[in-house]
Amino acid sequence: MSPDVIQAILLTVVTAATPLLIAAMGELVVERSGVLNLGVEGMMIIGAVTGFGAAQITGSPWAGVLAAIVCGALFSLPFAVLTLSLATNQVATGLSLTLLGLGVAGMIGEQFVGLPGVRLEAIAIPGLVDIPLIGRLLFGQDPIFYLSILLAVGVWWFIFRTRAGLTLRAVGDSHGSAHALGINVLRVRYLAVMFGGACAGLAGAHLSLVYIPQWVENMTAGRGWIALALVVFASWLPLRVVIGAYLFGAVTIAQFHAQAQGVAIPSQFLSALPYLATIVVLVLISSNRRMTMRNTPASLGKPFVPDR
Amino acid sequence: MTRIELVRRPQHSALFSVLSPFIAVLITALIGGIMFAMLGKSPIGGLYAYFIEPLTEIWSIHELIIKATPLILIAVGLSVCFLSNNWNIGAEGQFIMGAIAGSVMPVLYPGITGPMVLPLMLVMGMAGGAAWATIPAFLKARFGTNEILSSLMLVYVAELFLDWLVRGPWRNPEGFNFPETRSFHADAILPEMLSASGRAHYGFVFAILAALIVWFMLSRTLKGYEIRVLGESPRAGRFAGFSAKRMVFFAFIVSGALAGLAGIIEVSGAIGQLRPAISPGYGFTAIIVAFLGRLNPLGIVAAGLILALSYLGGEAAQISLGVSDKVANVFQGVLLFSVLACDTLIRYRVRFVSPQPAAAPEAVR
Amino acid sequence: MTASASEKPGPAPLLAVEGITKRFGDLVANDAVDFDILTGEIHALLGENGAGKSTLVKMLFGSLKPDAGRIVWNGERVSIPNPSAARHLGIGMVFQHFSLFDSLTVAENIALSLEDDVPLSTVADEARRLGEVYGLTLNPEALAGDLSVGERQRVEIIRCLLQEPSLIILDEPTSVLTPQEAERLFETLDKLKAEGKSILYISHKLDEVKRLCDRATVLRHGKVVAHCDPRAETAKSLAAMMVGEEVQAVRRTHDAPTEDKADRDIVLGVHNLDQPPLGPFSTPLRAIHMNVFAGEVFGIAGVAGNGQSELFEALSGEQLQDNPNVVTIGGAPAGRLGPNGRRRLGAAFAPEERFGHAAVATMPLTENILLSRHASDASAYQSGGRLGMLRRSALGRTLSRVVEAMDVRKSGENPDAGTLSGGNLQKLILGREFDRRPRLFIVNQPTWGVDAGAAARIRQALMDAATAGAGALVISQDLDELLEMCDRVAVIHDGEMSEPLDARTVTREQLGLLMGGAEPEKHHGVAA
Repeated sequence: MSPDVIQAILLTVVTAATPLLIAAMGELVVERSGVLNLGVEGMMIIGAVTGFGAAQITGSPWAGVLAAIVCGALFSLPFAVLTLSLATNQVATGLSLTLLGLGVAGMIGEQFVGLPGVRLEAIAIPGLVDIPLIGRLLFGQDPIFYLSILLAVGVWWFIFRTRAGLTLRAVGDSHGSAHALGINVLRVRYLAVMFGGACAGLAGAHLSLVYIPQWVENMTAGRGWIALALVVFASWLPLRVVIGAYLFGAVTIAQFHAQAQGVAIPSQFLSALPYLATIVVLVLISSNRRMTMRNTPASLGKPFVPDR
Repeated sequence: MTRIELVRRPQHSALFSVLSPFIAVLITALIGGIMFAMLGKSPIGGLYAYFIEPLTEIWSIHELIIKATPLILIAVGLSVCFLSNNWNIGAEGQFIMGAIAGSVMPVLYPGITGPMVLPLMLVMGMAGGAAWATIPAFLKARFGTNEILSSLMLVYVAELFLDWLVRGPWRNPEGFNFPETRSFHADAILPEMLSASGRAHYGFVFAILAALIVWFMLSRTLKGYEIRVLGESPRAGRFAGFSAKRMVFFAFIVSGALAGLAGIIEVSGAIGQLRPAISPGYGFTAIIVAFLGRLNPLGIVAAGLILALSYLGGEAAQISLGVSDKVANVFQGVLLFSVLACDTLIRYRVRFVSPQPAAAPEAVR
Repeated sequence: MTASASEKPGPAPLLAVEGITKRFGDLVANDAVDFDILTGEIHALLGENGAGKSTLVKMLFGSLKPDAGRIVWNGERVSIPNPSAARHLGIGMVFQHFSLFDSLTVAENIALSLEDDVPLSTVADEARRLGEVYGLTLNPEALAGDLSVGERQRVEIIRCLLQEPSLIILDEPTSVLTPQEAERLFETLDKLKAEGKSILYISHKLDEVKRLCDRATVLRHGKVVAHCDPRAETAKSLAAMMVGEEVQAVRRTHDAPTEDKADRDIVLGVHNLDQPPLGPFSTPLRAIHMNVFAGEVFGIAGVAGNGQSELFEALSGEQLQDNPNVVTIGGAPAGRLGPNGRRRLGAAFAPEERFGHAAVATMPLTENILLSRHASDASAYQSGGRLGMLRRSALGRTLSRVVEAMDVRKSGENPDAGTLSGGNLQKLILGREFDRRPRLFIVNQPTWGVDAGAAARIRQALMDAATAGAGALVISQDLDELLEMCDRVAVIHDGEMSEPLDARTVTREQLGLLMGGAEPEKHHGVAA
């Protein structure tokens, strides 16, 4: 294969990985605060449909990006109110957020079916983009890709280098102790959940403005769930989320290329690969008990009701 | 901004245990009304089309029962899972695999007929669903793999597997290349109960039986006690000598078998052949049914009928009001949210506190 | 209104609490509590478990809001809406259940309670410096989860001192320390007092209060029953104020086993029990060896977190052994049997955690009785053969028996376990075992957090069972309790167990050295 072909393939890998990376990075922050939000798929599809819609109506893809971020964050609010203020079961509430998101997006999106989309064009950084092999890969991408890299670095820096990040980790480790020290546990968690919603919304916008610039019902196709699995795979470390997202992007793309090359395996089996890969990865990571237990936020999934 | 404060009740409120599903339905109707108003429809007319109109005709009540059957069957199984703290959310995949396994006889061996075909299909359907559910159960018990994610991933795999079957090896040779299997022969069809008035088949009887048996097990036997103890506190369960690992298998196999049974009943009773899509998301809607029924199999029967109504109402409203049938999914999501919120009232008093010290806190008791 | 403190002669108090009241539902946790603390004094807040000490302290530190009353600080009325406000005033707190974050380092733990403008990089150095000043050495880079209990307390104290408070509140600080560690803590506190700091010292241990404190306020059932000078009181008079009634001293009704143990049955035998750590912060067990004889109470002392719960789970069958002969119950090999197999051999268990281990808070009492007895008393509570239908009336009768025998106070016929107080729940948990008349009791921290009346009843019941011929293994952090009840005492430290010592002759100092991990060889003279 020529270098150009390799670069083209790598480009598609990056594009497939970007929404996973963004959504997983958001969920990582949520889980670091001790909240398990299984509604990523729902918030993502809301981001996809509102992003597509806003871009359609205004003609500006950037309006779509903004709308997706805002709507993703807003859509996480019912989950936050229920699990944080009303101390409901996080698993069940997250599931219902996904079901609601898929329903609402289907309803809103009905009018968009078959419409041509607005594509968020790539921005080439002059000079750098001409570097052989990696130029286009790193410097000729869509803006959301650049955002995703900033996000990854930013989340790492926030969690491990800032005061607020320390507070976030403390709340996820023991909400009782954090409360005793005077940290406003619920406020930290509200902010974390909304940040996760905004990230999931942005990831959805990438799907409907960059990856496939059109609206297709259920177009997230389980990516929100794969993002959740990535957080477990990464054992709550931002750098490993990046690695995991690109690995999954590679599996997705390998499967497309195999289909395109006419490999003698039924296409459905190839399409099932990312889901099977998710399971395999989860098994590998969970059988390494020591590592996962050490990094799991200790209060993950437990409701917190302060004494008054 | 007003803050919500929770005050733990010393004892679970018996009143709200009964009331909370009704309050939830009421809240959902309210939000639904607002939604219809926003869509430019009459709220009353919308709610009538959704929740009353389908009940005014006999044939439509038959359809209601057809839709409620899989929901009840799956949700009854899920109640065992959720009570024992096993989060099987892959019932949709177990439903599909049950449908596939149960269809082996009429699709691959259409020549074999007789009264034994149908019972065999039902058993194979249960086995298929249970086998598919055993995968996440094994992974959880053996490696500690998160069952939420693994059971869900297997839904996509099952959907793709069905898609491959009906487009490939199982496609009807006389079917003009449509992606569907041959139609089941008469001995493989679940008979209708009252064929004079509508299509409702005997699957509903299985659903009621399943609900009764599981209700008895949960409320009257040591097994049910074991399920509840392990769900409330795994450590106390271990102290009692119960095995959480065995419970993982038990819960997943029971719920997988019931989802598989629902799958083959749907295919053999309502559809009559396999197609690429055989479920409008029954496996996920059943999660709502399970919670609306407060994880009690008898409550689940009622909840299953209510959610079946929302499916029918969706179809009816599409015709009579011209609103999207997706509205039904929104209703279902809102309903689950309301149910979960209202369940908080069972364990807590909820107070709304304004930051101004002058305002006295209102209490909901 | 001006401060009423000016009416009093002498120095104005640093802190005065006037008429503080706090209710939780129907329970009045603090009822019009008054007291004050002077600058440079160590003031004791004395009261038994459940008297309302922790509630009062939480209000002083801003974690709870009082329903009525005033807090006066340096002559001015203040409100303390949150812990950060308390810190701004100059109130520091060392928590009873240490509020450390296991997955964070010591430095990060300390940083969390400092002001936002303190840079993270300087925290470690400052902590090290303060540690040297007060003789509290610690490693700022270590993970809190890997520290021993004593080290964790040091982190808490340093964290508190770094805020330069003028009042330091310590909540039951010695409950997890060896006597020697406690003595070192007292020296630190004396040093702080000499520097002019005030200390509010919360405890139910009378000797400590007499040794350390200048004045004491005694709480009972949420009310102040006395202000006194603890040095002028006797331990007995302080106890009377605290408990209100004479608590029956536990009566020894059996003879300690004499030298001819060979005649007695071994009800529990443990031979070379090894167990790897069960999780990231768990202690491995190493070569544990012991025999518990019929008719004796065998105690295991030790500081929390030295393998007690791991040992309990290994003996109860929640963790199985590879070799069946490693644990024998009544002479029968039990190493491969689960909890119910061991119960059928005549053993009974009561773990340390009451909610979520010994009992399920959200289930009614009858179902909690079933928890440990569904298999060992299967014929009594089940019918219908393989169906395993529950016999609710039989459970109800057992509940009445247990409630009667142990004097369990409850609201309603069959309430959820979560509504019982700690003492009453523990009486129920032990009562459901006594009701079976087992030959062997294995109990972990049987009176932890339990009021004095219930504690006395529990101890008496265990000793009576021993008199009747059963064997009892009592794991406890409370040396007084062990010395009162036991015939022999061993010490567990870092997953290893010492030789058993004769409880009649051993001293607290000997036990304290062993608890602190001193080499047992040096003290062989005391081995029984």
